[in-house]
Amino acid sequence: MKKKHSKNLMIGAWLTGIMLALILVGFFWTPYDPETMDSTAKLSGVSLSHLMGCDNFGRDIFSRVLKGGGTTLLVALGTVGIGAACGVVLGAFTGYFGGVLDELLMRANDVLFAFPSILLALVFVTLIGSGTWNVIIALGIAFIPSFARIVRGEFIRCKNMDYVKSARLAGVGHLRIMFVHILPNTLPVLLSAILIGFNNAVLAEAGMSYLGIGVQPPQASLGRMLSEAQTYLFSAPGFALFPGIFLILLVLGFSLLGEGVKDMGRR
Amino acid sequence: MKYVAKKLAGMLITLLVVSFLVFAAFAVIPGDPATAMLGTEATPESVEALREQMGLNEPLLLRFGSWAVRFVQGDFGTSYRYSMPVRDMIAEKIPVTLTLTVLSFLMMTAVSIPLGIFCGHHAGGRADRTVLVIDQVIMSVPPFFSGILITLLFGLVLHLFTPGGYVSYTVSPLGFVGYLVFPSVAIALPKAAMAVKLLRTSVLSEMKLDYVRTAYSRGNRTKAVLYRHVLKNAMIPVVTFLGMALADMVAGSIVIEQVFNIPGLGRILLTSISNRDYPVVQAIIVFIAFLVIFTNFLVDLIYQRMDPRITLD
Repeated sequence: MKKKHSKNLMIGAWLTGIMLALILVGFFWTPYDPETMDSTAKLSGVSLSHLMGCDNFGRDIFSRVLKGGGTTLLVALGTVGIGAACGVVLGAFTGYFGGVLDELLMRANDVLFAFPSILLALVFVTLIGSGTWNVIIALGIAFIPSFARIVRGEFIRCKNMDYVKSARLAGVGHLRIMFVHILPNTLPVLLSAILIGFNNAVLAEAGMSYLGIGVQPPQASLGRMLSEAQTYLFSAPGFALFPGIFLILLVLGFSLLGEGVKDMGRR
Repeated sequence: MKYVAKKLAGMLITLLVVSFLVFAAFAVIPGDPATAMLGTEATPESVEALREQMGLNEPLLLRFGSWAVRFVQGDFGTSYRYSMPVRDMIAEKIPVTLTLTVLSFLMMTAVSIPLGIFCGHHAGGRADRTVLVIDQVIMSVPPFFSGILITLLFGLVLHLFTPGGYVSYTVSPLGFVGYLVFPSVAIALPKAAMAVKLLRTSVLSEMKLDYVRTAYSRGNRTKAVLYRHVLKNAMIPVVTFLGMALADMVAGSIVIEQVFNIPGLGRILLTSISNRDYPVVQAIIVFIAFLVIFTNFLVDLIYQRMDPRITLD
């Protein structure tokens, strides 16, 4: 069993590393400009000059995949950032203090939690409009409940431990106990939640962009590319396959890494 | 009985809160429905008259009250865009989305439960390891991409179905279900993979417990131990997951409907979002929320039936 765990972590780390490196390169350099159209290369297949071929406007798919991966990653970062930050604060206060506030917030949380996050994001987008920033806000809010729930559980577990009691006896303030003493002890759980959150955020962003309510054209996004590619599925399967596979590898890396971290915390 | 009553009360309160939140959210957004209906060239007087007629000048809580009463009676409001009752717009779409959801749910449970038990029982074996690897990969494939792959492989290459060739259930119920089979697979795949993994872990941890040894020592064969003793306990965490998965599947079918060109609730929800046709969006969201909350209520009931240790506190 022990061996398998480290394998998850290792493959996950490598895969994530490679994908992140590719995306990072894409921020500064892509083989072609991802938005320049070349009418002579429309839907051309895999070749040395276009590694993944070209799309229906003659744009280089490899360049667009790199840029689109970057967009997806940025949205995921923002989403998890908002979700984790608000979730940690909410979970910490409700878990540590308990009481009426805890009861109320957890009820609200249950309601939100029961709601599929993509649906929640859809409601927000209807209210505030689409576009990259709005998608980040919408998904971020949709991600708060799960983080709050996890952090709350950890705080309830930790708040009666001896080190917390002794800190309290030593006269340490509540805020300091919460964020300096307890929070670091929740890190293994929090870290794996963040990685799994990443994974879900990438999937959710891709789903929303696929539906046309996420990142707006001409900005490249993996989900958007997939929906554009669907029309040309038979004549140019690579148009759909390459962005899709890139998306899968990105998600797979995060989820393996998340599994690995979770196993590490368990040991 | 007390448990059921308390859960039922909890469900009703949640329903009320959720529908109020959705209602309030749509009430505070900028953009006046009366202006939206009459267009930008309407005179202020006619807008004001319509506002009065639509009851938009009443306080929020009062408006919510009358909206909720009408909703329960089956009057979901009128579409801004098409000026027709929302009810008529979504009534024939609901069976489509529900069939899709139920079909994928059945597929998920039919595949994942036997496979999960098998893997838990043969943990560490070659078959188990193979399944685990495939499982991990499937979990990372977004349903809309597996939908695209299925369209490519089974539709365009193998010609097992016609992509985009949706058949309405009023025309041919069999053709309708037949067309929905492949989309359902796309929805079911990632959830089934998660369920397999969960059940495997659950079976594994149950197999270590004392009651399993007792069951063996009483002369039970492995099959009997697995199905009569272990499964009952191992299913408890899985049921929670299945409930959540069912809720996710309703949402998942919204996306998959786009992939396979199915005119269900998802399609009408998306067009209404881009048309800013709020009554339609609101009705569909509240409807789906009801579905989700009701499922959770059922799961709670099943849960307690399966594990009598669960009480109110």
